[in-house]
Amino acid sequence: MTILKATHLTKKFGKFTALDGVNMEVNEGEVYGFIGPNGAGKSTTIRILLGMLKATQGEAKIFGKDVWSDAVDIHKRIAYVPGDVNLWPTLSGGEVIDLFMKMNGSTNYRKREELIERFNFDPTKKSRTYSKGNRQKVALIAAFASDADLFILDEPTSGLDPLMEHIFQECVLEAKRAGKSVLLSSHILSEVEKLCDRVGIIRQGKMIETGTLDELRHLTRTNLTIETKEPIPSLKERKGIHNIEKNDSALTFQVDTEEMDAVIRYISEFGILKLESAPPKLEDLFMRHYQGAEHSKSRVEGSL
Amino acid sequence: MGTQYFKGTKTLTRFIFRQQRFKILVWLISLTVITLSVAAAYPSIYKDEQSRQAASFTMDNPAMIAMLGPGYEIDEYVNSVGAMFANEMLLFTAIAVGIMSILLVGRTTRADEEDGRIEMIRALSVGRLSYASAAMIVIVSTNILLAVLIGVGLASLGIEGIGVEGSFLYGAILGATGLVFAALTAIFAQASETSRGTTMFSFMALIIAYLIRAIGDVSSEALSWLSPLGWTVRTGVFAGNDWWPVIVSFVFALVVGFVAFYLQSIRDLGSGFIAARKGRKNASAFLQTSLGLTFRLQRTNIIAWAIGLFLLSSSFGAILGDLEAYFADIEFMEAFIEAESDYSLTEQFLTLLMAIMSLISLIPAVMVILKLKGEETKNLTENFYSRAVSRTRVLGSHFFLAVVVSFIMQSLVALGLWSVSGSVMDEPLSFVTTFSSAYVYLPAIWVVVALTILLVGAVPKLTGVVWLYVVYCFVVVYLGDLLDFPVWMNNLSVFSYIPQIPIDDMNVMTMGVLTLIAIGLSVIGFTGYNKRDIAG
Repeated sequence: MTILKATHLTKKFGKFTALDGVNMEVNEGEVYGFIGPNGAGKSTTIRILLGMLKATQGEAKIFGKDVWSDAVDIHKRIAYVPGDVNLWPTLSGGEVIDLFMKMNGSTNYRKREELIERFNFDPTKKSRTYSKGNRQKVALIAAFASDADLFILDEPTSGLDPLMEHIFQECVLEAKRAGKSVLLSSHILSEVEKLCDRVGIIRQGKMIETGTLDELRHLTRTNLTIETKEPIPSLKERKGIHNIEKNDSALTFQVDTEEMDAVIRYISEFGILKLESAPPKLEDLFMRHYQGAEHSKSRVEGSL
Repeated sequence: MGTQYFKGTKTLTRFIFRQQRFKILVWLISLTVITLSVAAAYPSIYKDEQSRQAASFTMDNPAMIAMLGPGYEIDEYVNSVGAMFANEMLLFTAIAVGIMSILLVGRTTRADEEDGRIEMIRALSVGRLSYASAAMIVIVSTNILLAVLIGVGLASLGIEGIGVEGSFLYGAILGATGLVFAALTAIFAQASETSRGTTMFSFMALIIAYLIRAIGDVSSEALSWLSPLGWTVRTGVFAGNDWWPVIVSFVFALVVGFVAFYLQSIRDLGSGFIAARKGRKNASAFLQTSLGLTFRLQRTNIIAWAIGLFLLSSSFGAILGDLEAYFADIEFMEAFIEAESDYSLTEQFLTLLMAIMSLISLIPAVMVILKLKGEETKNLTENFYSRAVSRTRVLGSHFFLAVVVSFIMQSLVALGLWSVSGSVMDEPLSFVTTFSSAYVYLPAIWVVVALTILLVGAVPKLTGVVWLYVVYCFVVVYLGDLLDFPVWMNNLSVFSYIPQIPIDDMNVMTMGVLTLIAIGLSVIGFTGYNKRDIAG
């Protein structure tokens, strides 16, 4: 079942086009990773989904309701964590958590206490005195203590220490196991790889890639390190082989996924002594899309 | 040692000046223009000795002394239009200069520190006191510039009775008073951990200085000496031309400023000498409502204004007794003031007082609404709007709170005047008269509150405009008659439509129309707020 569906979202600020026809679909029980460089339009998209900005064109629906006109209704079942949590300096962390939970309509105090414990958080201090990580905890505790069906998390772990980051990941997986959906915008690719079922990549206001991690991996290259009995002539000329590096007797290069079969057949003729294959990391994919526009454009077209 | 403390001060001075130049420019221009245009108007208001003599009688009474400071000898008024000008304008201009200094110093010290900007600067190769020194250099230069601008300006008007020495003294005492409050703000910036606390303490100091001077000027000269504003009004500008208050103020500012610097040098960055309290573990049921949160965030501010207004109106109440006795003594005074036999002079004075006090209670009501815009700028509204809270409810809470605040403030104004004056007057003001003369201003306050809603809701970029309008209303009430504004200029101020009870009759029609205008403006504001993008 589709929980969140955005079709052709466009947002203009004056002459500047922040979003240009963004499509997005998040299904029930799914963790959707939303990645892209700074200023690509991630937060703008999320603010539209939250009904704070009005899309210039296109529409977005959450739980089948319009994100702008039914915002309040939708938000009863949503929990949002921004990347930069701003709190009222004179209120204590505990007060803010209660306030946030109340504004969502949920009052699960047992869960609240449990999370405060897990995140090792002191709720009696005034918000002014909290560090960035601690402010982030306020929003995370309020979000995971709520009974939301969709979690919208905009770079939620910025400022958290590795231990807390781990607890955050547990919380996301627990939510997923409970059948909830998560929209996770993040820069920490290992986190996205670990948590997300599907990924969407946005650049300069456009969605340039969507799919499961496996699907996306398909579009990229595998790293191979080989050693052969006989030297391989004219490897360079073979189709689908890139970035050859020679270390002593070993050769390291990248292979386009669709050429893998042909390449392996070819090199096996030279007597393989050693073969190491590393799956493509999301980072490789990411880098391909992040690098200069022209560069990546040709490659995307090439691989599709 | 010099390097450790002061390296980079010159660069930072330029940096701070660049950031604040627009504010500084607006303050300097408005203060100079208002001072010079009022001064230029005086010779035509008081053309001959007779009119000056008449006016001098109205000056020399306890109410005026409490409001404006001790008057001059009658022959000084008669001889010099300058004395008249200084008596009416000096104290309030000095307060405006004080406000300028408080806001500028508060911003460039504690506010910059609270927002983490000073941390970035201190991480560079600059001295520990460089930023504070730079801020002080900017504020001292601003006040000196102001003194020179006003001194030269007044002197060059060439008005008889406004001499060169007096003009420069007038400018100098304004600048010196500004420095006193700049130095006090610098101290509070060390004591308090927040910029809000800093400005709050500073404004409290300003109000207390005013009240001590008011009570002192009426009853005990020695008491006035305790207040920096008491020094300000003891210069005898354009008559005796005493320079010692300038020197006293300057030395005081120097000593206080030095203490502030010392405190700054021994404390940790980000800390204050008054430690922040611990908070509660859980939110109370009231805080969890939209209105509760709105109130809680502004609680301290509202309470401070409530106390300030109550003190101000009580102190005016306290002098009404003296005023009454004074009016009784000099019966022939009535020849000079509009002789409306039905109403006592105290009651006539009450109407002016109420107009001014209502404008002051307008300020906290407008601030309640503007807080919402401030929250948006600080990305705090996303905390509501990402949750199940509607925009109408949030704006509605602010609107409701503003209306309640306006009602509370006007009640306190009336209560202060009525209760205190009752104990000192022979013929006390009636409860009904006092309260209705205060409540009658509510519709006007609501119109301005609604205007603020409209700006925040529909044209958020222009919210600051509402302060211009408030200042305009002040100018019309305070100087409208004096400068003989054309009718249309007075009519631009919504406060001009309010019947002056008890002299005018209650006008239900006007009240109704103003309330309807307020509702209309609010509806536009609410509609706009529901349609526009929320920045954060």
